[in-house]
Formats: sequence, C-alpha cells, structure tokens
Amino acid sequence: MTQIILDKQIAQDDWVLVADDATLSGNKEVINFSRWNSAVDTDKADLIAKRDAGTLGIQLNAGDTADLLAQDSQGFALINVDFPKFADGRGYSAARLLRERYGFSGQLRAVGDVLFDQLFFMMRCGFNAMAMREDQDLELAVKGFETFSAPYQGDVNDARPLFRRRG
Amino acid sequence: MYVYDDYDQRIINERVTQFQDQMNRYLDGKIPEEEFLPLRLQNGIYIQRYAPMLRVAVPYGMLNSQQLRALAEVARDYDRGYAHVSTRQNFQFNWPKLEECPEILAKLAQVQMHAVQTSGNCIRNTTTDEYAGVVAEELVDPRPYCEVIRQWSTFHPEFAFLPRKFKIAVNAVPDADRAATRMHDVSVQIVRNEAGELGYRVFAGGGLGRTPILSSVVREFLPEKDLLTYLDAIIRVYNQFGRRDNKYKARIKILVKALGVERFSEMVEAEWAHLKDGEGKLTQAELDRLKSFFTEPEYKTLAANPTSYSDALANDTAFARWVERNVRTHKKAGYAIATFALKQKGTAPGDITDRQLFAIADLADKYSFGEARTTHQQNIVLADIEQEKLYDLWKEAKALGLATPTLGLLTDMICCPGGDFCALANAKSLPVAEALQNAFDDLDYLHDLGEIDLNISGCMNACGHHHIGNIGILGVDKKGEEFYQVSLGGASGEDASVGKILGPSFARDRMVDIVRIILDVYVAERIEGESFIETFRRVGMAPFKTAAYPAPATA
Repeated sequence: MTQIILDKQIAQDDWVLVADDATLSGNKEVINFSRWNSAVDTDKADLIAKRDAGTLGIQLNAGDTADLLAQDSQGFALINVDFPKFADGRGYSAARLLRERYGFSGQLRAVGDVLFDQLFFMMRCGFNAMAMREDQDLELAVKGFETFSAPYQGDVNDARPLFRRRG
Repeated sequence: MYVYDDYDQRIINERVTQFQDQMNRYLDGKIPEEEFLPLRLQNGIYIQRYAPMLRVAVPYGMLNSQQLRALAEVARDYDRGYAHVSTRQNFQFNWPKLEECPEILAKLAQVQMHAVQTSGNCIRNTTTDEYAGVVAEELVDPRPYCEVIRQWSTFHPEFAFLPRKFKIAVNAVPDADRAATRMHDVSVQIVRNEAGELGYRVFAGGGLGRTPILSSVVREFLPEKDLLTYLDAIIRVYNQFGRRDNKYKARIKILVKALGVERFSEMVEAEWAHLKDGEGKLTQAELDRLKSFFTEPEYKTLAANPTSYSDALANDTAFARWVERNVRTHKKAGYAIATFALKQKGTAPGDITDRQLFAIADLADKYSFGEARTTHQQNIVLADIEQEKLYDLWKEAKALGLATPTLGLLTDMICCPGGDFCALANAKSLPVAEALQNAFDDLDYLHDLGEIDLNISGCMNACGHHHIGNIGILGVDKKGEEFYQVSLGGASGEDASVGKILGPSFARDRMVDIVRIILDVYVAERIEGESFIETFRRVGMAPFKTAAYPAPATA
C-alpha cells in the first residue's frame, strides 16, 4: 500500500484508482469524473449506490472544473484532484470551490505532480490529503505545512483575511 | 508610505527562511533544476545569459531613503556597482551570485523589501501613477488601494500557478494615464459614480507581448469595498479557463478575446455573486488603516514661485531647461515634483550606480521627506521639493550626472536589457539605445522635437513596451542575424494605441538613419505646436513609409 499525507501526517492509502473499463468491486475505488458523468440508467444507479455506501471516490482531471460536479460532490467519501504538472494551478480553484461552494466535506486529495513546495497552498485551498509524487520525501513534506504562520488572505480553514484578524 | 507591522514583517521573514531552505535543497541536489525554476522565479530570480538576475519588488514605485541605501549596498556588495530600474517600477540586479540571493533577500527584508512574485506565472507587482498623492487632478490617492492589492496578492493560495503572469495597475487621474494601465491584465480606474460614491471602473484583458491588446471594460462601477472579491472572481475565472496549452496564448487577454468581453464579464459577475458579501469584502477599518499611511507630509505654507526661484530660472538657462522638462506642478503651492532621468549618454536606460543611489537617498532626506519613486519610464522622482530649493537640488543632481533635461523627449527612451543580458532576447537592444543617444545629443534639437516616446524591446515579450512607443523598435532574429522592426503611432497615455509596423526590418547599423528619416518627416509635416503622435495621427503612415523605403530608381 502506498503512503500519502492525510491531515498533515503520513498515512496508508486504502483507495485505488481504477481504469474506465474496470469492473467495480466492493473495495474503495476511485473512478474518473468522465466515467461518472457519462454513466446512465443502471450504470449510474450502481455508481450512486456504491457512492452512498462510501466506497466510491471520484477524480477530477485536467479541465474538469468543480462546477461540473457541484452539489453531487457531497455524497463522495473521496475526491481526487489531479495536478498534471506542478505548474498547472487549476486544481487550487477546484478545491476551494468544492469546499467553500459545494459543501464537500470528505477527503479532498491532491494527486499527480504534487511536490513539497505546494503543500502549504494546497492545505489552504482545502486539500486535507496529498498523494505526493514518488520521489518526494514525505518525512520532510509534513513539515511544509508550517511555512507561513499568518497569511494575508482568508482561505478554506479560516475565511477571514488578515484585515479581519489583525489585532 | 506604508510601514510594516509585525504581521507583514513576519510574512516576509518567513519567506526568506523558506527560500533559504529551498536554495539549500537545490544546491544539495534535492530539487532538480526544472522544479527549482518556479521557486526561484517566485523569488524574483531569472537565469540570464551570463548570471542570474534578481528582481526586487518596489510596490507601486514607492521607496524611502533607507530602502534606497539598502539597494545601493546590494549593488555595491553583491553586484558590479550598479542596479537597473525596470518598466514595472522594480529594481533589478544583473550580476548577483545565485547562492547569495537568499542573503540579499534577508538584508532587504530588514528594510521591508522583498522579491516576492516579481516573476513567474503569478500576480506581479501592482503599479500606479508615479505622481500619486502629489497632483491636484487625481480623484484620491491610489496608493492605499495598491497596498490593499499587494497584501491580497502576496502568497495568494489559489493563484500561485496561473496560466501566465498577471499584472494589475491602478490609476486615479481622470484624464491622464501615466501608468499605462490599459496594457495590463487588469486595470483599476478609481472613479466616482453619479451619487458621488467612490469606486472603480474595472478593465481586463490588456497586454503587450505577441498580441498587443488594450483592455476592455468588465464593470463600469464597482463599489469601493468590493475590490478584492471582484479581483478574486476575475482571476478565478482566468485560472480555470485560461489556456495552458500554449504560453503565447495563455494571458488573460486571449481568454477575454476568445469569449468576448460580454461573456467574460457574465462569468466574472456570476462568480462574484458568490463572493461579494463574504469575508473577503473590504472593511471601512482596513481602508481607513491603509489610508492613514498615505496622509500628507508636513508641508509648509508657502507662496508659489518665490523670487529666488524666478531669479534662478531667469539667470540660468540650463536650470530653466531642466525645470521646463523635468519638473511638474505640485498640488501644494510652493512645491514641485522633480524627475531624474536615468538616461545619460553611455549608460543603459534605467541603469543607476550605487553611488548615485546613495546620493539620491541623501537628496530625498534633504529635500523630499525621505521618499522617492520609480517610474515605468525607468526614471526616479522626488515628489515634494520646495520650489525655493529646486536650484540647489538641481546643482547637486547635476554634479551626480542625474540632471539630464530630457524627460519625455526622444532620448528618454524605454529599453529592455535585451540580448546583452536576457536569455529570451532575439536581438540586442542596448547598443541601439546607445547609438540613438549618441546621434541625438543636441539638446536644442531634442527640445524642438518635443515629446516623443521611443521604446525598444529585444524580443516579442515586449518588456521595452515597443508597441506603445510613438516610435517602437523591436529586435527580431532573421536567420541568426539581428534585425529591427519599426512601428509608429503607439501611445501609452489616456488615448492609448498600439503602433503599426512601418515595413520590413532594418539592420542595426541603419537604425540611426531610419529614426532620423522618421523625425525629418515629422518636422516637415508638423503644424505649429503639434507633437509627433498628433502629426502621425493626422498624416498617417504613408509619408513615413515613402521616406523610409524609397522606390528603387527605374531604368
């Protein structure tokens, strides 16, 4: 089992991303958003049942904006947001929208090109889990959350900007 | 000007610690080159042709004398004795050692300076009018709003990895635009509505580069407290929907153009509806707090144009000429705004030595309440000089080589560092600037020509703003050789326009001749009192084209 960061600690990952044509089991499985979005009739009903059982996660890939999932997000236990490249910052907006607008309260996980120096921003945008790129040092990474002690902007963890917190 | 409190200082100190750690990991080989790149960029470090370049932020161009001295020390101790004022009102150092950059940033943090987000695909330094706070025409002082934007944009968690760089400019003067705001990704024009309430007209989608476009109005009136939530909405739309497949099509201008400004505005408004009454809305207390840093200095009550000043003007023509070009009317009677043009013959536009920087710090303390400003035309302004003391100031500045009386004239050109320093450039720009400085050094001739913006860029990235020069010069690469394309008719003020290309490009050694031909056409065509741009707009491109590309003699 691979290791991830969950709530600022190293944890074992018990989710598996499955191929779009894979038959689903009762285990914790993550499907791509496109599969969810194109499913109809009984396929969709099966996915909804699995979601409601808490064993279906969904992954937003590049170009999948949060509004496509919107309130549907609420039933999922896990949403992955893929960062195809570390320089591709779309996932930060997706995360904030899922948390702040669409009421998602499950595990929100950054996957893909996830590197040490992004963790602080990711945490502020509402990610509570990160599956870091293989070569990253997780022991070092968990320290990356302490970079700044009092940021200027409001964020998912505290909506108040500094100007509402300044003593 | 704004003074850091414990929060601001802590944020900058923590940044220095973070970057020192990133640098150590990089030097230890723990961060590969490719991943170190965005980290160093977000700390203002480019790898140039010969050495790294460090770009230090000068928020909306404001500097105090302590900061000027710190910059002078960096130029002296870590560089080769000079620094460079950029077209974003920032300071650049061309020769620091990469491993010394964290140390330089630690030193600058002690005087409340930083290099945060001076490059990379993030929100850059906000710019404004270099005469903010000292001209009667402005609606309000724009600097508190710039500081609002600076704090909001610094380490914004959602917008650190945008499709492309993002530049914001603020203007508060109704009929002038000294900050070239329409060339920005977002421009904020401070206005009053019909009810007399303060707010903003918000524009988006301007930019130079390969596709020069002036920004369009996204919202005619935005109330004062809604600035940040509206910016959040604009950039959130851009972050999600801006192109990321082609860096030349990634600026917000391309998105606005592709969607059409109406559709883009609808998307922004829809996003903003969710944000406008949230915690991000500005409070009166915060606006008041920031405005309190930009109150007037302790001006004396003075009479305008005192006798000693009039006498000096009458008796010293060199001084009078400098005043005519480089001194502007101040809102307070008996005061004046003076500009040092960093455009001396033999030095690159915008370059300044450590010695001059120390001296300007002293002059600022002695004559101008200890403050100075940088301009996007790469000059330095002392904004609060008593008219009575202008003559003394001028004499001191002259001894320092800082009193060239050419502000706004042909040789007050904007020029990027070009192929001499920059790894992106297609051609050198500085030798062209130098050749022009040398060829056109007759002050009578320059004054007779009057106001002309001549801007030079070494490549399509347009750091030298060539599109908005009345005469624009762009370095191009033709099969490995450096050529220069000329455009005419650009302008950056209230009536901004993008220049049109004159015709096929020229070799470097023809550039002085070509500029001379263009100027000769202007002189021949102008009606009394007309500036270059006015003449160009009246007569059009044709006479310039005919003169620059004479038809070959037919047999």
